[in-house]
Amino acid sequence: MTWFSRWARDPVLVGMALLLSLFGIAMIYSAGVLNVPNPVTEGAWRRQLLWLGVALVAFTAVSRIRSGWIEWLSLPAYLAAVVLLAATLLIGTGAGTAEGVGRWLQLGPIRFQPSEFAKIAAVLAVAKVLADRQHPPENLKDLAAPSLLIALPLMLVVLQPDLGTALAFVGILFAALFWAGTPALLLFLLASPGIALILAFDTRVWSAYFLALAAILYFVRYRLYLAESFVVILANLTAGTIALPLWTSLADYQRNRLLVFLDPAMDPRGAGWNLIQSQVAIGSGGFLGKGFTEGTQKRLDFLPEQHTDFIFSVVGEELGFLGVAVALTLFSVLLLRVVSAAERSGDPFAGLVLFGIFGAWLVHIFVNVGMTIGLVPITGIPLPFLSYGGTFLLTCWVMAAVTVRLAED
Amino acid sequence: MKAPHPNQRRQRARIASLVLILFMGLLAVAFFRAQVVRGTAWALQSDSNRLRVLTVPAPRGTIFDRYGNVITDNIPSYSVSLFPAPLDSMRASLEGLQPILGLSDTRIEELMELAREDRRQPLLVRMDSDYEEVAALEELRASFPGVFLEMRPKRRYMAGPAMGHALGYVGEISRDELDSPAFAEYEQRMIIGKDGLEREYEVVLQGGQGTRYVEVDAVGRIVGSFEGQAGTPASPGDDLHLHLDLALMEYIHEIFPDSLRGAVVMLNVEDGGVIALYSAPSFDPNEFVGGISRDRWEELNQDPSRPLVNRAVVGRYPPASTWKLATAAIALELGAVEPGEQMSTACTGAYQYGNVVRRCWNAAGHGALDLAGAIAHSCNVYFYQVGLRVGLERLVDEGSRLGFGEACGIDLPSESRGIFPQNLDFWMDRFGYRPYENEVLSLAIGQGPNDQTPLKMAQFYLAMGRDGSAPAPQLAMRSADGEPNPAWSLDLGEASLVELRQGLRQVTSAGGTAFLSSLEHWDFIGKTGTAQRGIDQRVPDAWFVGLAGPWGQNPEVAVAVVVEEGASGSGAAAPLAAKAVDFHLRNRHGIPIDTIQTLREHLEAGVPAPWARWTSEE
Repeated sequence: MTWFSRWARDPVLVGMALLLSLFGIAMIYSAGVLNVPNPVTEGAWRRQLLWLGVALVAFTAVSRIRSGWIEWLSLPAYLAAVVLLAATLLIGTGAGTAEGVGRWLQLGPIRFQPSEFAKIAAVLAVAKVLADRQHPPENLKDLAAPSLLIALPLMLVVLQPDLGTALAFVGILFAALFWAGTPALLLFLLASPGIALILAFDTRVWSAYFLALAAILYFVRYRLYLAESFVVILANLTAGTIALPLWTSLADYQRNRLLVFLDPAMDPRGAGWNLIQSQVAIGSGGFLGKGFTEGTQKRLDFLPEQHTDFIFSVVGEELGFLGVAVALTLFSVLLLRVVSAAERSGDPFAGLVLFGIFGAWLVHIFVNVGMTIGLVPITGIPLPFLSYGGTFLLTCWVMAAVTVRLAED
Repeated sequence: MKAPHPNQRRQRARIASLVLILFMGLLAVAFFRAQVVRGTAWALQSDSNRLRVLTVPAPRGTIFDRYGNVITDNIPSYSVSLFPAPLDSMRASLEGLQPILGLSDTRIEELMELAREDRRQPLLVRMDSDYEEVAALEELRASFPGVFLEMRPKRRYMAGPAMGHALGYVGEISRDELDSPAFAEYEQRMIIGKDGLEREYEVVLQGGQGTRYVEVDAVGRIVGSFEGQAGTPASPGDDLHLHLDLALMEYIHEIFPDSLRGAVVMLNVEDGGVIALYSAPSFDPNEFVGGISRDRWEELNQDPSRPLVNRAVVGRYPPASTWKLATAAIALELGAVEPGEQMSTACTGAYQYGNVVRRCWNAAGHGALDLAGAIAHSCNVYFYQVGLRVGLERLVDEGSRLGFGEACGIDLPSESRGIFPQNLDFWMDRFGYRPYENEVLSLAIGQGPNDQTPLKMAQFYLAMGRDGSAPAPQLAMRSADGEPNPAWSLDLGEASLVELRQGLRQVTSAGGTAFLSSLEHWDFIGKTGTAQRGIDQRVPDAWFVGLAGPWGQNPEVAVAVVVEEGASGSGAAAPLAAKAVDFHLRNRHGIPIDTIQTLREHLEAGVPAPWARWTSEE
């Protein structure tokens, strides 16, 4: 195993990533075993295997770049990412199960998702900006720069529209700020307009929340500037106010996804279909599952997007709770490895990047797996290493490479 | 920024790990709840997602003729059905199918009504799809969620219109039928006998439906059988063996003139089995298979010649002279007349009773006749006197006993009873007066309140071809029954029976009305009749009822033919009866079929007719 250790640098982390990737290819293969075969899903596992090869080459290369270069590259990469995202809005195309939305850029024979590249760039940029500070952020003003840095690509991704990937940016921002030593109160205040937006669905709940927020601000008044409190109040009021117009401005399918999250039976054959069928698939898997490739929900096409966003439903149906537990364990070991690498790293930039990656992955895993069982509303977000998708797999492996590279110094 | 202090790093890492464990734990708990705690409930839903129960229609029993030829069997056909779904999506599917299957708007509404009523069973859209429809649907399967094709046995009637009335036809069970107790065990979509033998022997022929469990995918396509759930195969219906002669039926259909209406019945003397039962005009039961179109159904119903009416068992006609044999038989039974006896008044062309003068059909008169001669010449004057000797009351009583006011009890769903006074109250009830004794004059010659079905007349002559007993005519051979149970019996000695048959034989002998219909190989005897029905009918109905068998032996078949508005029994009915009898008996005795059958045909073709003796034996 010495050659593996030498190549992987962090054999545990890379071992997990490799196991998850192979697990993913197996599940993608199974997702193509249908009663009424579909040429797209049938050959997907071969294409994914090819992409894994590409990803491993990329891993090998990136994990050998000098970490100084990575740090130096962060801001140019960020600018490039923003330009590409803007370009995607103008000339992007749809593909595969996301036919209707423009998420891909076609560059000659290569087609890729700039939002994936932007995730890495955002991780590096926010780490760079925070690492260049003298002290940990102490007030809201200190949070402005990193927040705006994340907000720009986030907005561009939302406009695609790709709410799922946008959530990953939020994860990156909070994880990096947390590692930078931002006080919990500030993190909460930063999140508070978002919370207000969600709670605004019910005026009474929102009012109660707003009063609680005001009370908190009163109790911590000595630790905040008046202007900060004012901004927080204003932001929360604004969030509560624009919630309704924002809601009505959403596309029908987005609104329905949120509504059926609250009540799948509302539209069982329409918007609620995916969630219900995913739950049926997972639930009917039981403890041991129906057997590899034997999932009836999958086989008979009840499961939606079974090789991309809902790959985990196939895991649940065919391998049962046992398979789910194994997958979640692999993810946990992988993420814990990232955390411990950050803990060991004496370099502020490295630690921040590692936490950014941790945040991005955690959001991806929790939101993707959670939506298959109805814990989170359905958003189009893939599962790291498992879901079908070339750019995404490549991104995950590049992130892994950056992780092992930066963890070494 | 300086790197955080190792202690700080450890603390933050610990918090991050905690958050990670929390999130993962949340997921694990959610999955545990769904998969382990609630797993069985979801498993049930997963099964019901993909499980559909289909009934497997049983093939109906095959129907054979007396020689074992197949009259009716089943061939495979495809039906188009729709799985239960929300009504609006079923409507969308039906509208999608509309151009392919050519469904009318009203048909779609009918189907939606059925779908609303039974939300559980698949909806049968089209019973019998032709090849092109099936091919088109197969190709477009993906765009028709919930539509499925099924192989179903489909009824095939070999003889087509030749057997329409005897066999009846099949069709999808109607709502009214489903509600009736007779069909308590039946379900929607089942094919049942609607008329004729198909209806009469529905229980025998039906068989038992099977069940099949199939797996469907998300859009409702059947992808295969549902493993782990064994279905039950359909049990085919029992076969039915008939007395009918398939070739004869086809022959009768061929020779019965297209423009005419009427009926032909032939019974087997030995057991009362029905050898032929034909009604003209006929219909093709194959048209009903797979559902007859509304237009065609209307057309059949509105047709003034009423092709759906089975004239052989439902049609009632004044029996006219053919009934004189009943008068004669009753008189012989009661001893009112002896074989060979002459009446006191010879025929002068009319007969006076009291102040009423009744005519004979032959104004020149027949002179003095014995019973056989009176039958041969159909002499009214002789039978007026026989009727008077018997008396009205006795004639009515005995006629009733012989079942002239009853149905024969043939194994068909509907049969008309004859119209005949059951007692003297008949006149009071129907016409409001006590009958005078002179009513007997009309009854004795087959007139008056007396209408009989061709089947009934055939049955009566059947008795004269036997020992005087008459079994109920049966279409189906019922093996277990053994010797048929007579419905009634004439109390006549051999001498009387010989006398009656001798009279009938003279009808087809030289000087008899049906001489030209006599046959080379067979002793074909019988009675013609010409009956005026109602006032406005200008052309009378023609009757022939008779018996036939090899020369010098007992009769083997009884035959009755009615041709509506056929003008004369000897001209229209007797030749049909003769040709049918000849065809059947030639087959039965292995004599090759010849197109030249009756004496008339021999004469017209110039072929010698050695059997025809040109002088009367009298």
